[in-house]
Amino acid sequence: MNIYVIMKRTFDTEEKIQIDSGEIVEDGAEFIINPYDEYAIEEAIQLRDEHGGEVTLVSVGDEEAEKQIRTGLAMGADKAVLIEDEDVENGDQFSTEAILAAYFKDQEADIILGGNIAVDGGSGQVGPRLAENLGINHVTSIVNIEIEDGKAKIERDVEGDQEFIEISLPLLVTAQQGLNEPRYPSLPGIMKAKKKPLETLDLDDLDLDEDEVEGKTNTVERYLPPEKEAGKILEGEIDDQVNELVSLLKNEAKVI
Amino acid sequence: MATTDKTLKGGSFLLDSTSSDQVFTPEDLSDEHVMIAKTTEDFVKEKVVPELEQIEQHEFDRSVRLLKEAGELGLLGADVPEQYGGIGLDKISSSLITEKFALAGSFSLSHGAHVGIGSLPIVFFGSEEQKQKYLPELATGEKIAAYALTEPSSGSDALSAKTTAKLNDAGTHYVLNGEKQWITNAGFADVFVVYAKIDGEHFSAFIVEGAYEGVSTGPEEKKMGIKGSSTRTLILEDALVPKENVLGEIGKGHVIAFNILNIGRYKLGVGCVGGAKRAIEVSAKYANERKQFKLPISKFTLIQKKLAEMAAKTYAAESTIYRTGGLIDEAFNSLSEEEQKEGANVGKAIGEYAIECSLNKFFGSEVLDFVVDEAVQIHGGYGFMAEYEVESMYRNSRINRIFEGTNEINRMLVPATIMRKAMKGELPLLEKAGGLQEELMMMMPEEVGDEPLEQERYLLENAKKIFLMIAGTAAQKYGEKLQKEQEMLANVADLVNEVFNIESCILRTEKAINKDGLEKANQKLLMTEVYTQEAFNRIEAIAKESLVALDDGDSLRTMLSILKKLTRHTPINMIAKKRELAVSIIEQEKYVV
Repeated sequence: MNIYVIMKRTFDTEEKIQIDSGEIVEDGAEFIINPYDEYAIEEAIQLRDEHGGEVTLVSVGDEEAEKQIRTGLAMGADKAVLIEDEDVENGDQFSTEAILAAYFKDQEADIILGGNIAVDGGSGQVGPRLAENLGINHVTSIVNIEIEDGKAKIERDVEGDQEFIEISLPLLVTAQQGLNEPRYPSLPGIMKAKKKPLETLDLDDLDLDEDEVEGKTNTVERYLPPEKEAGKILEGEIDDQVNELVSLLKNEAKVI
Repeated sequence: MATTDKTLKGGSFLLDSTSSDQVFTPEDLSDEHVMIAKTTEDFVKEKVVPELEQIEQHEFDRSVRLLKEAGELGLLGADVPEQYGGIGLDKISSSLITEKFALAGSFSLSHGAHVGIGSLPIVFFGSEEQKQKYLPELATGEKIAAYALTEPSSGSDALSAKTTAKLNDAGTHYVLNGEKQWITNAGFADVFVVYAKIDGEHFSAFIVEGAYEGVSTGPEEKKMGIKGSSTRTLILEDALVPKENVLGEIGKGHVIAFNILNIGRYKLGVGCVGGAKRAIEVSAKYANERKQFKLPISKFTLIQKKLAEMAAKTYAAESTIYRTGGLIDEAFNSLSEEEQKEGANVGKAIGEYAIECSLNKFFGSEVLDFVVDEAVQIHGGYGFMAEYEVESMYRNSRINRIFEGTNEINRMLVPATIMRKAMKGELPLLEKAGGLQEELMMMMPEEVGDEPLEQERYLLENAKKIFLMIAGTAAQKYGEKLQKEQEMLANVADLVNEVFNIESCILRTEKAINKDGLEKANQKLLMTEVYTQEAFNRIEAIAKESLVALDDGDSLRTMLSILKKLTRHTPINMIAKKRELAVSIIEQEKYVV
């Protein structure tokens, strides 16, 4: 089976985010594989181990993403492609998807796995848009998948409910928490990853012009959420407490 | 990693100047190193830490299972060659694993004793058969190792061990009798490296399996800290050990013991760095959360001062210890695969850096003790409560100044080793000291410019001269009897230590400035400035105390005036520097370089 994983390098979820003149400060920050993409990589490795074939990681980003790609290879993926997008102006989800589409047009993927969302931008758009563009089926937010005879049996998370789907390959799925428990890259895996093929492509290689993939959105402003204030504990008779709570929700928090 | 034309001699930093491209720094880590560190950290945080409370209640079946899980990831096999089922990585890789395991609190002892003093004697000194028999299962964690040297009546004086070994009449087995005390992992170890005297005379090492007849362990000790590690007495009552389980040469047990201790001391330092970084992290987080007088306490400059001092000392420890790791690694790399199979070669390669290993041990453990003490202080009363992580960090830290050779013993070893190297002609100490007095008499204090690191380099040069002056005068005055002057020896060790620390900070910072520019290396520069200034103040005080003990009258006055010239400089504004240094620690809530 030709298994592909689309993955993204993101900010470590444990990092404290700092903003300086409208830009997120990246100095000294740790970067990781987007945690949802990690589920995708783990599932891809398990599918390969069960059905044979090869797992190829595909990432759009700058050369720094090589570190996260190597981590994916250390987990057990077979090879990887990094598509550099440094020339793209104002890149957004559209840009990433357009670049990926150009790449996948020449591949014969049986299944493409990705994360449900990326924890940085949080749009969840790249996967479904890519499937649409390639004209293949897609299922988002999956928590289980079994493949047999060119068909996939999938369980997906629907805001806490489950939906069971049977669908034919080729297929794109995005991974939700609960799909699996991603393995740690083992030390032998890390040493092997060094020797696995990692191909770097740029827009020219995909016959793309930078104008074609320029972002379609415009970021107006970036700011941190307001600092969390200390909580309030209401006292007195239950009735008084309820009345006070209702009044606070109406007048102070203005949520009802 | 950093390479040099030829490996540097141990202790040569005292006399020669080293350039920044000759030292290994944490900034030189490869991508693989970073990944190995990450796997270890993730494993420890996600798998070990959640079980730590039960492990501290002596539920050791958890420790055994976690060690096996660590083995499956390769975290036990870094130092074991591939042909014996390990991964055979460089020493920096295994150091990173050790550093990250420090996050596992007392469980790090179980890991460290197994991969370090437990397994390494077989890795370095085992015969081909012994390696094939034991290493594959030790590398995967199917079997756990321990190290048994200390006895109730022989601690620092390890060679006075009373445990005996006698060949049985059939000539097939050694019969071991004695008690080994405070053996880490004893509660669940399968393999013990045990030292005993054959016929009460020839100090030798043995591989003793826990399942052998006559081998048993005592009850768990009740300890001040590291409660999650198993510590018991190993009891040998007519224990039958196959003859082929003698490790290394008969009568040469000390070669194994001392070289394993060297590596153990270095690794202890590495672990202390990991612990210190974690203490800074939890302290900075707490200081941002805790409000008093309507302000997070991190806004108070006295708290900032503490965080800055914790960081500057940690930087010094990290810089010296990884520099040492680089040296040991290169010494190993300079041996061919065949040469590495000979215990004697390995012993020589590690032994070359005995001075550095001792420094790593006592400095690392004292930095950690300082850092956890201030960490508790930043937490105030909460730091005294068991539900806060710093409470156990504080208790766990204390043992580091005691085991693997007390800090006092390690201080004695430093000048003793320097003198031995000088006598053997490996360190031209006496030559350098000879010309010094005249040079010092003529010396005029220099004007120091204000380029980055310029003052620090100047102070380092003078610190080296002060070391030569004190060590030379002491050697002259006491001759052979110097070894009985323990206070003076400790003073010399402290001078050596500060020289090594200051230089390692400067070289690391210089390397970073050369690579990334001044702006990006600013935090490193600040830590180097702060550390150097404080260390130099200590050097001056130690030198004064030493001189008045070594000399008197006019001669003393001359020496003191030379010291005055050597120490003349305009100190930096420490209050301002420490405030500046604390900013990123508080912002990022962690140790920042």
